[in-house]
Amino acid sequence: MDNLLVVSHSPHITGNDTVRRTMLDVCIALIPALIAGTWVFGYRALVVTAVSVIACVLFEWLWGKILKKPASVGDLSAIVTGMLLAFNMPVTIPLWMVVIGAFFAIIIVKQFFGGIGHNFMNPALAARAFLLASWALAMTTWVAPHTSVPFWNTADVVTSATPLAAYAGTEGAVGEIPGYFDLFIGNVGGCIGETSVLAILIGGIYLIARRVIRIRIPLTYLLTVALGTWMFAGHDGLFTGDALYQVMAGGVMLGAFFMATDYTTTPYTPVGQIIFGIGCGVITVLIRVWGGYPEGCSYSILLMNIVTPLIDRITAPNRYGASKAKKRKEAQA
Amino acid sequence: MLKTFRGGVHPNDMKAPTANKKIVELDPSQEMVYPMTQHIGAPAKPIVKVGDFVYAGQKIAEAGGFVSACIHATVSGTVKAIEKRMHPNGLFVESIVIDDDGQDSIYPELRGCEDYTKLSKDELVNIIKEAGIVGLGGATFPTHVKLSPPSEANIDYVIVNAAECEPYLTSDYREMLESPEQVIGGLKILMHMFNLKDGYVGIEDNKEVAIETMTAIAAKEKNLDIHIKTLKTKYPQGGEKQLINAITGRKVGPGQLPWQVGAIVCNVDTCRAIFQAVRRGLPVMTRIVTTGGDCVNNPGNYKVRVGMKLRDIIEQTGGFSKQPSKVIMGGPMMGMAISSLDVPAVKGTSGLMAFGEEHAYGADETACLRCGKCVYVCPMNLLPNRLDEAARADNYDALEKLNINDCIECGSCAYSCPSKRRQVQQIKVAKVKLREAQQRNK
Ligand code: SF4
Ligand code: SF4
Repeated sequence: MDNLLVVSHSPHITGNDTVRRTMLDVCIALIPALIAGTWVFGYRALVVTAVSVIACVLFEWLWGKILKKPASVGDLSAIVTGMLLAFNMPVTIPLWMVVIGAFFAIIIVKQFFGGIGHNFMNPALAARAFLLASWALAMTTWVAPHTSVPFWNTADVVTSATPLAAYAGTEGAVGEIPGYFDLFIGNVGGCIGETSVLAILIGGIYLIARRVIRIRIPLTYLLTVALGTWMFAGHDGLFTGDALYQVMAGGVMLGAFFMATDYTTTPYTPVGQIIFGIGCGVITVLIRVWGGYPEGCSYSILLMNIVTPLIDRITAPNRYGASKAKKRKEAQA
Repeated sequence: MLKTFRGGVHPNDMKAPTANKKIVELDPSQEMVYPMTQHIGAPAKPIVKVGDFVYAGQKIAEAGGFVSACIHATVSGTVKAIEKRMHPNGLFVESIVIDDDGQDSIYPELRGCEDYTKLSKDELVNIIKEAGIVGLGGATFPTHVKLSPPSEANIDYVIVNAAECEPYLTSDYREMLESPEQVIGGLKILMHMFNLKDGYVGIEDNKEVAIETMTAIAAKEKNLDIHIKTLKTKYPQGGEKQLINAITGRKVGPGQLPWQVGAIVCNVDTCRAIFQAVRRGLPVMTRIVTTGGDCVNNPGNYKVRVGMKLRDIIEQTGGFSKQPSKVIMGGPMMGMAISSLDVPAVKGTSGLMAFGEEHAYGADETACLRCGKCVYVCPMNLLPNRLDEAARADNYDALEKLNINDCIECGSCAYSCPSKRRQVQQIKVAKVKLREAQQRNK
């Protein structure tokens, strides 16, 4: 019997954390935002999300099948990508475009670079940027809350401005500037999953409580955006910006809690995470104030994704006890 | 605020099944085996011949150098063989084999010393050395070496490591409940050696009864200040550097030894052994072993003679409930998986765990998510994910730049990883390869 004993290095036990559990937690955390999106934009929000998730999972499965790789669908990461992709699109998006976005996210951005853990950009955000560059109109066709959107001919809807465009006074942007309460509960125009601050906060707090994410990136990101927009985004000169409005409107909330915290594409060192959060905030403010484009969240995160390996390299934690050892040596010398 | 260190993990402590089990003494094996390497350092050298009669407690092997330890017979009987036998680590090493005569005749020359305060530090170090005492928590570093820091050392902290942060193990806990005077007695000897009025005991806060018991005993010392420090329950709280950091706030830096920050740490069982050696004249003969895991019938705490076969420990305590697939000497976080039960208990055997098939193999590894969990938990501020990568690529330059040798092999990284990567396992292998490569290049 003894020759049957397994010999391996310690540790002989591991924690309960798994990739699947982590991704499941993210899915759970996204559900409040999905509910809010469906409430604001109607059942089509749910349909877009379902199409996106199914397409992402299908592409993930196909890739494994064709390349004869071990099945990776079970880790649920494709579901997360699918949800986030849908949450970053307007409810009016044609469904075939959703499928193209899913293809781009899963195959081009994720699998071409080696699959989970290896992509250097957030798949959902990269796909959104790609769609925006290819079909700008469809990606920016916003409707007012509770507009009934036809299932197929979505181009015919009455459009409205997003809160950020209204605030910035972008040309052609018609619409009222919504109040704080509507922004908080999400009763405003925008992408499917980004409007409700409340729903996103519930999900974000869940993720922090479950220790899936740390608060460093969301906090530094939101604070930087608040500070920057207060200083520069006002209509009456410096320090007149409406920071609260800027943080609650648009995609910053969703981005801060769900996209700027993506494991693979953001730094793993604590100091690196703070730099990343501040960097995203600065770029967002730059785009919003001087970029001639009211949003800016997704580009800021994508740009910071690219410098993430560099940030990790320069922010390695201090060697344990190193400075003290040196001091002691100096004292002796 | 409870004292602790930065990083670490919170494994389920699994101590409930054995925490209330009194220490039970087991009979020795008929054939006792004493490997010459039961400590860190040079192997011991046999000083008996085949056919010799030896007493229990008689020295049978001399330390093979300064960093080494001597070894004693733990039964009386005849030396049957001096040959290579399997060590728990799987290697065949020179061992002395003694046939137990069942008489337990104690070596007549063992003498204790009631008033150790009359002895000088050097005399005490010598007693400890002759008793073959090593770090009995499992590290097995010779204690007399630890207690002989260079003359410029300014020791102001002597600390008893009673954290026992390994899951399952309750041997130190039981010892603090059943013989707290001996543990404190050992600490008092250490305090005397370094002329200190203050001594420290670090215990995790999940061991309330031990904290109470030890506090009561410590309070009896009118002329000494023995501080029982409650530590946060967190693994690896009992790591030497982590314990020193929690209690003194000082950090033992890279390449430093504890004395360089003025601290000396000894484990609970080591303190008891020091007490026994100085006051009673007894060498290291027994140790407490916690048994556990889902395959043993009677998990408990057993007083085992060094040299006893592990198989006999299991048989005398009720056997296995089912066929184990993995047997671990020590605890599950840092213990060593053994390939056979026909090996002896050695000085460092703190536990004996047997697990069934479902626990024997870890989950499959998947790609690193870059989640950073291993980075947060590493108590040594390393980047286990990068070390893992560099180790797999045999990238020695990177391994050195990432300070691979700072790793204390606590396993917190592998424990925390959602992708079930085996960072520390890779690090252990890479450390050996790196050392070999450096020697080749010399
Ligand atoms: S790298 Fe070493 S010291 Fe750090 S957690 Fe892993 S085993 Fe422990
Ligand atoms: S814990 Fe595992 S998955 Fe996370 S960074 Fe470390 S090695 Fe990668």
